[in-house]
Amino acid sequence: MNATAKSTLNIRFAGLGGTGVIRASDIFADVAFRTGHTVKKAEVHGMSQRGGSVQSDVRFGEEVNSPMIPGGSCDFLVVLEPTQVELVRGGLKPGGVLLTPAEIPARRLPSAKALNVALLGRLSRHFDFPEAVWSESLRAHFPAKLHAANGAAFELGKNS
Amino acid sequence: MLLSGNEAVALAARHCGVALGTGYPGTPSTEILESFGALGGKAQWAPNEKVAAEVALGAAFAGARVICTMKHVGLNVAADVLFTMAYSGVDGGYVLIVADDPGMASSQNEQDSRRYAEAAAVPMFEPSDSQDAYDLMGAAMETSVRWKIPVLFRMTTRVCHSKSPVRPKFPLGAPLPPGVASAGVPEFVRNIATHVMVPGYAKPAHRRLRAKLDEIQLWNDAEGPNRVERRSGTLGVITAGISYHHVREAAPDASILKLGMSHPMPLKALADFAASVERCVVIEENDPWLAAGCLAAKLAVEAKDDSVYRFGELDVDRVRRILAGDNRPEAVPPRGRPPELCSGCPHRSSFEVLKELDCIVAGDIGCYTLAALPPIAAMDMMIDMGAAIGMGLGLRHVLPPEQARRVVSVIGDSTFLHGGLPGLVEMAYNPPSTGHVLLILDNGTTAMTGQQDHPGTGRRLDGTATYRVSYEDMARAAGVQRVFAVNPVRGKAKLKELLAESLGRNELTVIVARSPCILAAGSILAFEKEKMASTACQPENPAQT
Repeated sequence: MNATAKSTLNIRFAGLGGTGVIRASDIFADVAFRTGHTVKKAEVHGMSQRGGSVQSDVRFGEEVNSPMIPGGSCDFLVVLEPTQVELVRGGLKPGGVLLTPAEIPARRLPSAKALNVALLGRLSRHFDFPEAVWSESLRAHFPAKLHAANGAAFELGKNS
Repeated sequence: MLLSGNEAVALAARHCGVALGTGYPGTPSTEILESFGALGGKAQWAPNEKVAAEVALGAAFAGARVICTMKHVGLNVAADVLFTMAYSGVDGGYVLIVADDPGMASSQNEQDSRRYAEAAAVPMFEPSDSQDAYDLMGAAMETSVRWKIPVLFRMTTRVCHSKSPVRPKFPLGAPLPPGVASAGVPEFVRNIATHVMVPGYAKPAHRRLRAKLDEIQLWNDAEGPNRVERRSGTLGVITAGISYHHVREAAPDASILKLGMSHPMPLKALADFAASVERCVVIEENDPWLAAGCLAAKLAVEAKDDSVYRFGELDVDRVRRILAGDNRPEAVPPRGRPPELCSGCPHRSSFEVLKELDCIVAGDIGCYTLAALPPIAAMDMMIDMGAAIGMGLGLRHVLPPEQARRVVSVIGDSTFLHGGLPGLVEMAYNPPSTGHVLLILDNGTTAMTGQQDHPGTGRRLDGTATYRVSYEDMARAAGVQRVFAVNPVRGKAKLKELLAESLGRNELTVIVARSPCILAAGSILAFEKEKMASTACQPENPAQT
């Protein structure tokens, strides 16, 4: 699978409110957009979602219609919270890729909060988005003091 | 650029010369004003939607272009303004942006604001994505200016919060062209007959309004922001808003009439389209409003089955089923974990106390409404903003005294200022024989919608300092003798003691449980420090008892 696929690719991020689901999907959507794709992204958010189940959909390709991924058609499902895996697994299409925190060696994360960026690193292996675009987007989405840690987390995920 | 619908509409407001944006926070509309302010627009939060709509109206009477933002239930609060400013019309431009929440992602109902457009007789625009929101905002403002009429701009949760690409007219961050920056230079022009809606002036105003609508309908039919995508001759779909994208994906071969302006309905365009296909289906979220309009005009269209599809938002799968005539009950999706109060949230302590004292809690709207859910389950009723006080008083008036003395009205700081003040006055005016207890949970922010400021925080939307109202002073001024402030976390035992004592007295008591939202505490502390340093003034709030 690569970033120049003609058909729409569906990537769902899932977890609990406050775990970085929205941020991860923002960064992924931004990277897809910066590399020239039509992108749509949909989620339901609000501070009242804190601690509750959260999902954010990113769809990209040449033409994207609905911003919401239809049932059972996720090409990638990135779950940031182990308790949420069973809840969302049904969204994956046959042969789709499921990524969970189990992919990442937790003790090597610079901080627990960087799990979302590490999983983006892991996800990046499936796309041919240039490295520079990823790091540009990561820097644009976090304050400067987190740039080094996020760079490390992304690398960790990419090489996991 | 990739923008949410909320960001796109804010950018468009900047690009059509909006001089003032006002509103009250409410998911999913909140980020519109925040973005408008961040883009350099003059943006401010009002205490509630009615006041916001009135501030905007004054500015529009003065000839300015304005936006006013709120969620769907906020329009109930502002409805009084809406119905009569439709009569008066405006001198500048007025777009009232209302965000509906089909499926109730973060709301107490899924009312359909399109009915307000029809009931108040004002035009309504409905964008389907961010580019559409940007383009239609411009069209909505032009319509308002041309016909001197307030215009409703209906967004929905998925349009507000979804991100999609936008090509704006002017580059982001560049100075606006002079013609845009100076759109509608405000100037007072006395015109009592159009601005004072007494019966003598309102009767002709109503006729003027209906005449405007007739003209706008003709314009909408001839050159409104509606689009026909001609494909199959066998299936045609009439739709608007986010549903358009679901339809395009579910039925790639269907012909589509996509409405950008849904009220007044372009009946001729609808009739021509319906007649041009063998089967014509109306696809819309929530109420069968478009379908009813088409059927009333005797158009040959099919509506969705409302025993199934009136509830919740639509998506591609549901649209496929509607088109296939599949009206079987739907599978219930797996339930995720519900949201909960943050660990360390001061509301937890307050509700633990209420639960320990077995209080009957008339509650209100905010993060603390989560205390109605297990395991806390210590809120007994919640309906609308400010209702805690009135409902609590009603309970007290009729319950037997031993039950009445367990009743407490519980309301948050922002909600108290929004809709609770008249309730406070009612409490002093018609006190129940057992007295009453009002608990104001002051966490120093409008927490649920993402920490917006309000008149009780002493900070404006742009973060600058302003006067801070005191709940304690307001309670005393209303006529409540027993007024206290307690920290519900550090002073939890004290809160319990005070509440228990107050419940037993046949008097009126207001207790302010004051402890900052843990997510906002850092920002509140930094603001207080800066303010103390710059003014070297005394703390404004009385010492805690």
